[in-house]
Amino acid sequence: MGISFKFFMLIAALSLLSVNANASPRILQWHTDKGTPVYFVESKQLPIVDVRIIFDAGSARDQGQSGLAVLTNALLAEGAADKSAQQIAEQFEDVGAQFSNGALRDMAWLSLRSLRNDQYLQPALNMLKAVLSKPVFSEESFQRELANLKMARQSVKQSPSEIGSEAFYKALYGDHPYASPVNGDEDSLASMQRKQVIDFYDRHYVSSNAVIAIVGQLTRAQAENLANDLLADLNKGIKLPAIPPVKALQKAQNIRIDFPSKQSHILMGQPGVQRGDKDYFSLYVANHPFGGSGFASRLVDEVREQRGLAYSVYSYFSPSREAGPFIMGMQTKNEQASQALDLLKGELHKYWSDGPTEDELESSVKNITGGFPLRIDSNKKVVEYLAMIGFYHLPLDYLHNFNRRIETVTLDDIKAALQRRLDPEKMITVIVGGETSAAKVKDN
Amino acid sequence: MRLIGILTGVVMFVAGYIYLMEKPAEPAVMLSSTDTVKVYQLANGMKVLVQEDDRSSVVVSQVWYKVGASYEPEGKTGMSHVLEHMMFKGTPDYPAGKFSEIIALNGGSENAFTSKDYTAYFQSISSDRLELCLQLEADRMKNLLLDEAEFKKEVEVVKEERRLRTEDKPTSLTYERFNATAFQTGSYHHPVIGWMDDLDNMTVTDLRDWYSKWYTPNNATLIVNGDVQAEQVVKLANKYFGKIKAQPVPEVKLKAEAVQTESRYLKVEIPAQVPYLMMGYKVPSLTQAKTAEMAADVYALEVLAGLLDGGNSARLSKNLVRGREIASSAGAGYNPYDRLDTLFMLSGMPAGKSNATELKTALLAEVEKLKTGLAEQAELDRVKAQVIASNVYEKDSLFYQSMQLGILETTGLGWQRKDEYLEKISAVTAEQVQAVAIKYLTDKTLTVAELKPLPMKKMQAGPTSGMGGRHGN
Repeated sequence: MGISFKFFMLIAALSLLSVNANASPRILQWHTDKGTPVYFVESKQLPIVDVRIIFDAGSARDQGQSGLAVLTNALLAEGAADKSAQQIAEQFEDVGAQFSNGALRDMAWLSLRSLRNDQYLQPALNMLKAVLSKPVFSEESFQRELANLKMARQSVKQSPSEIGSEAFYKALYGDHPYASPVNGDEDSLASMQRKQVIDFYDRHYVSSNAVIAIVGQLTRAQAENLANDLLADLNKGIKLPAIPPVKALQKAQNIRIDFPSKQSHILMGQPGVQRGDKDYFSLYVANHPFGGSGFASRLVDEVREQRGLAYSVYSYFSPSREAGPFIMGMQTKNEQASQALDLLKGELHKYWSDGPTEDELESSVKNITGGFPLRIDSNKKVVEYLAMIGFYHLPLDYLHNFNRRIETVTLDDIKAALQRRLDPEKMITVIVGGETSAAKVKDN
Repeated sequence: MRLIGILTGVVMFVAGYIYLMEKPAEPAVMLSSTDTVKVYQLANGMKVLVQEDDRSSVVVSQVWYKVGASYEPEGKTGMSHVLEHMMFKGTPDYPAGKFSEIIALNGGSENAFTSKDYTAYFQSISSDRLELCLQLEADRMKNLLLDEAEFKKEVEVVKEERRLRTEDKPTSLTYERFNATAFQTGSYHHPVIGWMDDLDNMTVTDLRDWYSKWYTPNNATLIVNGDVQAEQVVKLANKYFGKIKAQPVPEVKLKAEAVQTESRYLKVEIPAQVPYLMMGYKVPSLTQAKTAEMAADVYALEVLAGLLDGGNSARLSKNLVRGREIASSAGAGYNPYDRLDTLFMLSGMPAGKSNATELKTALLAEVEKLKTGLAEQAELDRVKAQVIASNVYEKDSLFYQSMQLGILETTGLGWQRKDEYLEKISAVTAEQVQAVAIKYLTDKTLTVAELKPLPMKKMQAGPTSGMGGRHGN
């Protein structure tokens, strides 16, 4: 606690190093005996191994019981095979292994970092294998984790940013599965049954529905054995059907939520883009000078540098399996909310009609391509890229061609993509904040 | 251009102390070297630490200053952090925003941070661009404009930051109150971001004074880590920083905290949804440990923190989250590298069927167990295994390694302490852990803060307008 940054950013994004970053890492790809795709990068320098297993088991699969995917994932390490939660944690930590897991809208994952030496690696892998394929979902741990999710749910209600985000997704996605809160809501958590968790696991945590990514000091043969063994006890199952496409918004909507905070949190946006979409690189470059590059972006310049209205202001496309959101966001003291909102809208309109300047495009391309080595300079980052490439069926040369794809984006591509994919007349706008803001924004 | 014109006068003012004559830099002296870290000192007193690591074509460059919130006088809290923001607001050669623009054009990312004990600036960038970073950092070490109009906007940005990160976050607000109660007379009383009233009253003159006092090469450390040659780095450092003349740094008056002789309890009643509990005991930092025995105590407290919260198998998860199901989450921690004596912290959120009082009782019972019984060998081994493994994992992050070096140098411990850590932790025995629990985790230095949620106003969500979908109606 107690460190203040000049600008809002995730320090995790700055961790560096390890794979030779001049070139993109050499990715090897094959399938396990049971047909699960494996993505592997050999990284000789450090005596460590990173493994990440991803399932098509995110909250998009909740089927109306929101929170189910997260709860199921959270329970995997709360008892597996003949081991209790305590024994599982001990077996990982006795060998210094780091295990983590989680679920988002599209995917659920389990992740392991271990020392390479077999005396450490093997016990950690054995435990991971049990957690993955033999979770027991006891009534006791089900009740405990469910109660903790309910507490987390209460915390959401004291956070204006989380309240805003929830309302935003709900308005953006309507009856699409992306609409509901990943961690569940009061009703869904109240009606959650242990049987649902078990069924969810049986259907989703199967080898037909998995991808595995491995980076570390292993040969290909060793990685093949590792993957085969790790997934050997999973049921084969069946590949899940696609989730429905996202419908375009029919009209704009302004949502105001009264909240006793000093700041108003503003979110504006629309459904945006899918992973692998033909417009993806155009939109990625388009967003960069608009609100995606911190101090080099128009939003930061207009809102923060010129006017001192906010600490954090940004925009981004969050590409997902189906159209993930385009989001613009900021927070400002309640009295300034109306002014800030006008500014955001004005900037969006201008940018949408005119696109970036030639200078902005050139600077953005230089920043993105020049920064490529930073994207892949640690094993941690590489294993996450592998997981993403595998889960979204991106080409194996995705990283290799990344800079070339960025460099070939033209001003015309950007303008066309913006106009094709966004409609400033149909934005969802959410404002969470205090009374003053509410009164003024109402006239907006 | 308008900006540069106005600001020239300001530079002269600031430059009064540090601009002076530029003369050719004297050669740097190598202080020491190990397999991993090479240490130099420029003739003006600036320290340069280089870690060569050619596994990627990337470099991390950081400049650390020995100044932070705990250096600030009463009534002027938050200056170090606002100054850190102002460091991006230009010099005569590189006007506001130019620094960030140049780094971005070169594919780099950059930022800065302020804590109670230090202020640091960093870039991550392709290693062939290191010179650019050093040139720009040296420029703003001595030539910062500190324009009044820019300051007036930026201090508003910082107030928004304070609203976002403290005032509208019940747990952060509780922590601020907690901290100000645990530390009452010493330098750690104030929040890093500053009190709102002090931000309201801050002037650009305050910052000019602060900048001229502390931003001098003999109060700074450069840390470069990545695909570089140490000799080349020190040559570049000398070329840019070597030109800046040293100036006397004010004597740092350690304002030690008056000895606490009573347990302190505060109930923070603010609109919120979930209760939260924080507890802190006064403990020594490594920096303040004057004897080998006290230093050993510090490492024993680190192991003690590991017993409580070193992973999901540790005691708090085992006994309070699972086990008795009293906490929805619970944690313990300790920062041995604070510049002044510090706190051993315990915190947690009660489970749904529990409450803050029960959680407090349970946390105190865990502390009591540490005093009355010895840790099992398996527990100790597990804590140590994780330290050993982390020591390898951290090599996957240049940034993290540079942070460690920077903190150790800037708090006065010296970077060599990094290499001792593993060995010192490995040497800690169960008896030592018990001894430090008895010695330091005592009621009379305990501060407890409970966040007691007050009802929040009823929230109403609903569309207010725009059903027709027209902009600006």
